[in-house]
Amino acid sequence: MENINRNEQGYLTDFSQWAKEVGIEIAKENDIEMTDEHWKVIDYLQEKHNKDEALSVRGIKKSGVVNIKEFYALFPGGPLKISTMIAGIPKPKSCI
Amino acid sequence: MAKKSKVKKMLFILSKATIENVYAAFIMANGARMEGIESEIFFTFFGLEAIQKKKLEDLRVATVGNPAMNIPTMLGGIPGVEAFATKMMKKEMEKLDMPPVDEFLEILSDSGCKLWACKLAIDMFHVKEKDLIDDLDGILTIGDFYSRADQDGTQLLFI
Repeated sequence: MENINRNEQGYLTDFSQWAKEVGIEIAKENDIEMTDEHWKVIDYLQEKHNKDEALSVRGIKKSGVVNIKEFYALFPGGPLKISTMIAGIPKPKSCI
Repeated sequence: MAKKSKVKKMLFILSKATIENVYAAFIMANGARMEGIESEIFFTFFGLEAIQKKKLEDLRVATVGNPAMNIPTMLGGIPGVEAFATKMMKKEMEKLDMPPVDEFLEILSDSGCKLWACKLAIDMFHVKEKDLIDDLDGILTIGDFYSRADQDGTQLLFI
């Protein structure tokens, strides 16, 4: 983990350094134990990010991957900001 | 580690039913939840319109007495102008992926944001409980609402 470049908020600055193990470590820092359900969300986020599509909670709702209640339960304490950190992608700039 | 905020809970009192005010409250309440901050909205006076099933789809932007609209007040009062301005605003909001009021309320509720109706305003406007949205968490007095603010790191905001 010490070789991974992260900004002051904890987000990866270079996605090429991301691996599942890195995601698991970041999840642990946020007291999250990764399960298949968590990885489904991470896959979705990375896919959206690769397509350059904006992330929002409404997008999560429409995704069919998780509903909003589940999303909050999987990543407590700020679901989108924590899940994107685990996914190794930037924190979304959207207000919604 | 995501930084923990000193703000633990945001309580909003929404007293108006114009779209810009309703969305201000919704966006801030949702934004709080997204940051891991608790949030609750207390709907009072005209704010009650935003949680009445039959009225919430028909909220409008104020074209009269709103200098920032940049249209003369007299024009703003002409029938249809308000509806047109509202339509334009809703179109812009849709572009930004802002949900309509009913969907936004559902998102807020699913996010754990508590939605309360003001008892006094309910009595005053003769609003029936069956007219209120199903996601409502209850009807409170202002005293009840203050008791929900009684903890460190709580902020109250009147809109």
